Formats: sequence, structure tokens, C-alpha cells
Amino acid sequence: MDLLLDIAFKHLRNRRRQTLVSLLGVSLGVGFFIAIAAMMQGFQNYFIDKIIDVSPHVEMKDEYRAPPPQPAERAFAGGAVHLVGVKPKDEPRGIKNGKAKVAALSALPGVTVAPVLSGEMILRYGSKDVSGTIVGIDPARERLVSKLERDLTAGGLDDLYTTANGIILGSGLAAKVGAALGDTLTVLSTAGVILKMKVVGLFETGIVNLDNFQAYALLKKVQVLQDRPNVVNRIRLRLERVTEAEVVARRVEARFGYRTESWQEANKNVLGIFVIQNGIMYSTTGAILVVAAFGIFNIISTVVLEKSRDIAILKSLGLTARDIGAIFVFEGLLIGVIGTLLGWAIGYGLTQALESIEFEIEGFVKSEGFILYYSATHYLIGAVMALIASTFAAYLPARKAARVDPVDIIRGAT
Amino acid sequence: MADATLQTARETTPIIELRGVTRTLPGVVPVTLVRDIDLAILRGEFVAITGPSGSGKSSLLYLLGLLDRPSEGEVWMDGQATSALSEAERAALRLSRLGFVFQFHFLLPEFNVLHNVMLPLRKAARLTLHECRQRAEGLLVELGLKDCIAKRPDQLSGGQRQRVAIARALANDPQVILADEPTGNLDSKNGALVFDIFERLVEAEGRSVITVTHDPGLAGRCERRVHLIDGRIVDDGVPG
Repeated sequence: MDLLLDIAFKHLRNRRRQTLVSLLGVSLGVGFFIAIAAMMQGFQNYFIDKIIDVSPHVEMKDEYRAPPPQPAERAFAGGAVHLVGVKPKDEPRGIKNGKAKVAALSALPGVTVAPVLSGEMILRYGSKDVSGTIVGIDPARERLVSKLERDLTAGGLDDLYTTANGIILGSGLAAKVGAALGDTLTVLSTAGVILKMKVVGLFETGIVNLDNFQAYALLKKVQVLQDRPNVVNRIRLRLERVTEAEVVARRVEARFGYRTESWQEANKNVLGIFVIQNGIMYSTTGAILVVAAFGIFNIISTVVLEKSRDIAILKSLGLTARDIGAIFVFEGLLIGVIGTLLGWAIGYGLTQALESIEFEIEGFVKSEGFILYYSATHYLIGAVMALIASTFAAYLPARKAARVDPVDIIRGAT
Repeated sequence: MADATLQTARETTPIIELRGVTRTLPGVVPVTLVRDIDLAILRGEFVAITGPSGSGKSSLLYLLGLLDRPSEGEVWMDGQATSALSEAERAALRLSRLGFVFQFHFLLPEFNVLHNVMLPLRKAARLTLHECRQRAEGLLVELGLKDCIAKRPDQLSGGQRQRVAIARALANDPQVILADEPTGNLDSKNGALVFDIFERLVEAEGRSVITVTHDPGLAGRCERRVHLIDGRIVDDGVPG
């Protein structure tokens, strides 16, 4: 084995420039993959962590996933019945028997529950009108289901209890309306109720949609503002095991009938974009490595062609076709392994360089630079991709080399 | 008495034997390289294969050296039929029992002289790397190449390269050396030197040497000459 490796290594060393180009191809492919993966997964993890922290893991809404079936449909299920123009029944909004449902959900193991009422509102301050969503909460319960208190940059959650008409604004919302802590604004609801509310807190989650459009107030106050006394239209659940969100959501929906969304379903548009992002990342890296593989194929094919006499003599000395094939596969593997090691260094360096860049960006999340995630898995995936590409690129010329008939070559040379 | 009988049996048992061997290259117009060859090579024989160009000398040598397979007939090595052997088994036989020397030295340019000679030893993996080195150095010293050990093939003269190729052929202590016009690329002095080495291998070490040569003078130094014309053996005996 060491003889075959030795020959492979010497072949590559004799073609330094070509070997270097192939190595560069592999190492850049691996390096860029690591850097891009760190960037993408960093952002994705940050977003998901934020979503999991800030939003409920599961949320029951006062709506149904599908309209209730009509009596005729129930009576002739599977029959040739097609109803058109059915006017759905107007039902009062809000979750019926909200308290009972909260109590039932609270009894589930590993689940904490908070009822809320959320609705549209307009904030008026000075000459500015800014629309947003106001969420009525019970601070004591809210603490259990979200990390709102941790995200407060000013004021406190309990100030909602101690201030008559307190409101906590997202930092972006406060900036848009031009209000600061202690300011009193006018809040208008779609029900036509107008309240003067005092800013008792500001929060910044890092998720732009929340920071720019959301505000919190006491549940009772929001019920007044929305003119829906004792009504809740959302029940938020926080789970001990966040991975069970989808299962719990399905179970709760099956039990109570109301549309119940896990955090994955609530953010499926963004998570779908992540899948596409990952696809683009793997395709780009794959393309770089395919180009590198062509380089490897080229160098090894050239070596096989150049070394046909050496191959013949090695066979006459007693090396088998398998040995000869192994020499050239080792050449590909050597480029793959060394390229991977270099790629790891390049990837780490690039990630560090990206980390040092500072800029402000506001998309799904607000950030002051790239959010990076260092993971050994990225290095492993990069290595596996590089080794597969380089081995496959070497395999074809290696197979050709293994099939060289020494007699043909020696006869041709003499 | 028993020892003498055994010795005689060993000396008269062919180390390589071709029985009814024909080699035809397939194609639209098949080309027969050698036909109906019956040939037995004994231990310690120094055999010259001669004949005009295209008479099948090299083809016969490749069949003897298990580099090629006959289209008909059988090649026996030490009493073992070889046609049913796999490529790997034939390679193993080449590695352990045969040594090749070609007209062109075919030394690997990436390796120095010592490492070229060590190649078959390392492949055989019977010795440690240190022992391989010692064995290779010993052979090179024996062939007068002590000062060339660390040199690369392109730093050697033609005669020196051919002697390195002989050292490499001898590395695994083979019973048979097969040489395909080993002096074809050398001047007469170096050619004679190569044949001196072959004679020593036969006389002092009891190896068999089979060499293809165009040179009647060198063929005359062999104890047996096999003369081919159009792929057939037309004469097999002591050189005249």
C-alpha cells in the first residue's frame, strides 16, 4: 500500500503546477462551502432560535382550517354532491370557552399556556399614524410562554400592571411613531375605541416583523380597546420539547377543532426559503467541486497517458491491475485529502473574515453583521463532497490505467 | 545416490514449458505472432532467442514471461499450467519468479536508482523497508553501481541504466531472467558487459536467462539458441 501511495505522490509532485491548480479548485470549493454554510446556517439558526424564543411554539387561533362540512355533504359523503354558493355561518370571533380550554391545555404535560387577544390598531403620536398589532397579555403568564421580558430594552413587564393604560412597543414601531419611554400616545382600534396609553416598555427581539409592528398591553385593556370583553382569540403554548411542536399542534387541533399552528407551520414561508437557500448553497459548492473534479480528471488522465510505459513496466514487475488502478485513485484521493485540509483552513479563515465585517442589515432579522455558525458538520460535509468528487474524477482514468496491456505498450516502445 | 537423482530430476524439469502454443492477434485480419511452439526451459540454462525482425521473438518472450496469454496451447511454470490463473495470480508469479529486462531501461523517472531497484521488493513485502534497502544496495554494488545509488535515471549512462534494470529484475531473487534485446540500445562494450552479468547469473547463481537478441556474437555466448522464422521455431540447439 505504501508503495502505491509513494508512486501516486511522486506522480503528483512531478506535475506541480497542474496539481496545484487541482488542489486550489478542491480547497476553494471546500473553503467557500464552509464559509457559506456558516453564514447561512448562522442566519437560519439565529432566526429559528429567535422564533422559538419570541413566538409561541404552538398557537391556537379562533379560526378553522376548513369550513365545517354541510349537512348534505355529511349525509352523502363520497356521493355525487357538489354544493355551490354556500354562505358560511357568521360566528362571533374568539375562542369559545377560552378559560376552559386554557385550563385543559395547561393540564398537558410539559406545556405552559397563555391566552391573548390580538388585533389591529393604529398608533397616533403627534402627526404620525402608524398601524400595527396589539397583543393583550397577562404578564405573569406571558413570562412562561415567551422571552419578551428578556428582550425588553426599557421598562418592565410588570409596569403593565402598575400603569393605568400601559403599552410596550417594539423598538422599530416606537421609532416609526417617534415615541419614547414615558410618552403617551393615542391608540385606535378597528372597533372604533380610542385609548390614551403610556409607553412603559420597549422591546427588541431582532425579528423585524415583531419589532416594527407589534405592541403589548394588558389583556383586559386590549379587550376594552377591541370591544371584545372576556374574549381571547389566541392561546399560546410553550413546550418543554420544542421538537414536538408539530405533534402537539395536530393533537390540540384534533381535540378542539380550532386551527392550531406549530412554529414551523407559522413560519413555513421563511423555512421554505431556507430550504431553497440550502439548495442553492449545495448546488454552488457542487458546481465548484465539479469544476475541480474536471481538473483532477484532466491531470490524472494526462499522467495515465504519459506514464503508460511505467504502467507496463510496473505490471511486468508484478503489480496487478488493481494495484495500478489504486495508484491513480490514490492520486485523486491525495488531491482530495490535501485539498480538503487546505479548504478547511480557507473556510475557517473566510468565516473569521466574514465575522469581522460590521454592517447593519434589516431583513427577516436585524443584525450588525453576518451571523455565523461554526459547525464540525460543515467541515465534514465539505470533506465528504470533496473526497467523492476527487475519487470519482480519478476513478475513470484509473480504470483505464488498470486496463493497460503491458505487451501493447512494451511492443510499441521497442 | 538419492541426492544425485533428485539433483538430476531438478535440472531436467523444465522451469517454463510451452506446449503447442500459438498466439494470434484477433482482428479483421488475424495476425499470428507465434505458432505451434513447443519449448522447455531448464534451470540454469542460458538461452538466446534469435530471428529476423517480426519473427515473433519478443512475442515468445512475453508468453514465457506470462505477460501475454496464448491463443492456443499451454504455458507451464514449474509444472503448473498458467492459462487458468487469474491476472493477479500471474502477476504474483511474475513478481516472485521472473525478472524482466527490456531494450529500454524503463526505470521510473520519479524514483532514484535505489528506489527503482526496491520497487519489486516493496511490492513483494517479504522484507522490511530496511532489509529492502540493504538488498537493493547489495545488488547495485554487485553490479558496479555503488556510486549511482542516489542518482536519478536521467543522470546515468545507457549502460548504467541497463545494469540498474538488471538489478531491479534480480531484486526478488527470481529463477528466470527474461531479457528483450537488452543490448539493443547499448554500445558493444556495454552490451558485452550485460552478457557478462547474465553469464555470471547462470554459472554462479544457477538462474535461467532467456534473452532475445539480434547480435549473433552475443547469441553465440549462450549455451542454447532458439531460432525463429515467421513465428515458428526452425532451430533449437547449441549456437553454431
